[in-house]
Amino acid sequence: MMLDLTLLPDGGVGWLDGSGESPDVVLSTRVRLARNVEGFAFTTRSRDGERLRVLAQVREAAGLTQVLRDAVTVRVDELVETDRQLLHERHLVSKELAGLDAQHPLRPGAAVLVGREVSVMVNEEDHLRLQSLVAGFAPERAWDAALALDRELGERVPFSFDREFGFLTACPTNTGTGMRASVLIHLPGLVLTKEISKVLAGLQQMGLTYRGLYGEGSEVVGNFFQISNQTTLGRSEEELLDHLARVVRHVVEREAEARRVLLRDAGYIIEDKVWRAFATLRHARMLSFDEAMNLLSGVRLAVGLKLIGGLSVYTLNKLLIFSQPAHLERLEGRSLSENEGLLARARYVRQVLASEAPQAG
Amino acid sequence: MICDQCKERDAVVYLTKIVESAVTQLHLCEKCAAESGVETTIATPKHPLGDFLKAVQQQALVPSSEATRCAACGMTLKDFRATGRLGCARCYGAFEVSLRELLRRVHGNAHHAGRTYHGPQPAPWQRANSVRELRDRLKRAIESEAFEEAASLRDELRGLE
Repeated sequence: MMLDLTLLPDGGVGWLDGSGESPDVVLSTRVRLARNVEGFAFTTRSRDGERLRVLAQVREAAGLTQVLRDAVTVRVDELVETDRQLLHERHLVSKELAGLDAQHPLRPGAAVLVGREVSVMVNEEDHLRLQSLVAGFAPERAWDAALALDRELGERVPFSFDREFGFLTACPTNTGTGMRASVLIHLPGLVLTKEISKVLAGLQQMGLTYRGLYGEGSEVVGNFFQISNQTTLGRSEEELLDHLARVVRHVVEREAEARRVLLRDAGYIIEDKVWRAFATLRHARMLSFDEAMNLLSGVRLAVGLKLIGGLSVYTLNKLLIFSQPAHLERLEGRSLSENEGLLARARYVRQVLASEAPQAG
Repeated sequence: MICDQCKERDAVVYLTKIVESAVTQLHLCEKCAAESGVETTIATPKHPLGDFLKAVQQQALVPSSEATRCAACGMTLKDFRATGRLGCARCYGAFEVSLRELLRRVHGNAHHAGRTYHGPQPAPWQRANSVRELRDRLKRAIESEAFEEAASLRDELRGLE
């Protein structure tokens, strides 16, 4: 089965639009809720037939909700690898659900329901991972969307819940609220001023944790970090979110301060660096993904500092997602060798910058 | 107390070693403890999954009252320690004591404080069926003069209506 991305509401990437608070620093805000369906063993211990029954039950229930009425169900287990990779690159499915992780082979019954701003991964580590993903820094909006989804689905599908332990999850690190709220944040100022390790250590002391661009186990590239709550039990969803929001606001301020220091003490060096990054993106003939990420980070910083005009945050976000390997293969309509990938990426970036930011300067 | 090893610094780590059946106790300072390969809270990097896995592995003692196997899914505590994943919702009941301790270590608290959940509400036709059934049973209870049962059935009916 070939995945038709045009069927997905907003292509599943409505959050790229660069709206919301501090969009050049905070790309997106996500809330995910881990839920399991009563009467079935958890995913890793259930049989194929059980997982398919979970999927059928959730699909039927989703069709009766307001939030997921127009959602598209994608049977991840029926897709070829590039398409699964594509969904992962759009942050719609985890590496585990996409079967891209050597430790977790693709499971029969693996699926994702994609709606507007919300989605549901089915048969991930937990039966259900309800998610909302919104543009910019918008914890309240993300929470409202996730809560509406949780309420509507929970009225139709019985979730495993215990008065003492809360929502029961496969991994005890998620027990309780089952909630992981996170922001995807761009912190080049703190990295360049070498303040970042202090900030990251501070996060951990405050019960928060950080990861790379693709969540658990992923590397930090292009100065993008995902900051999220570490604990899920013993505090309410609102308290956890409020705490995250306060700390993230503080980090955003520290980043702004770092940028001011950079401009004041090394303005000409920064200016030279970001213009070189822009020139490379605008004219290079071969680009690796990591190089593109780092250059885009520089240009993003320049747009935030108003050193480069005529370039939107939306264009930068788009380049971030659409210049990834599976997206380039989709664009070219065939699988690409390593070198062809480098050529295709550079070509795509040049073309987007030429058409969407012709006046950039 | 002075460190047993260097006899200089203050001992902050109290180490109980059990080799075969011989028990030895050592009091070590931070530095000597680290040198002898003992991980202390100060020396251990703060990492969420690391903390969690350590907590899982440290749970060597199973309270005697606790089941070692979940009756619903067949998961054992050993399986759980190996994978870090529970087998089903019933595992929480089967391994309640160990889990409570583990959850306290991982989250600093073992009691849910978030939103409560009541499950799907029965559909109107299901409720109507239950009401009809309860009325029948109430009538029979009164006829057979089982007044205690009748009283509880009446309460249940009120709740539904």
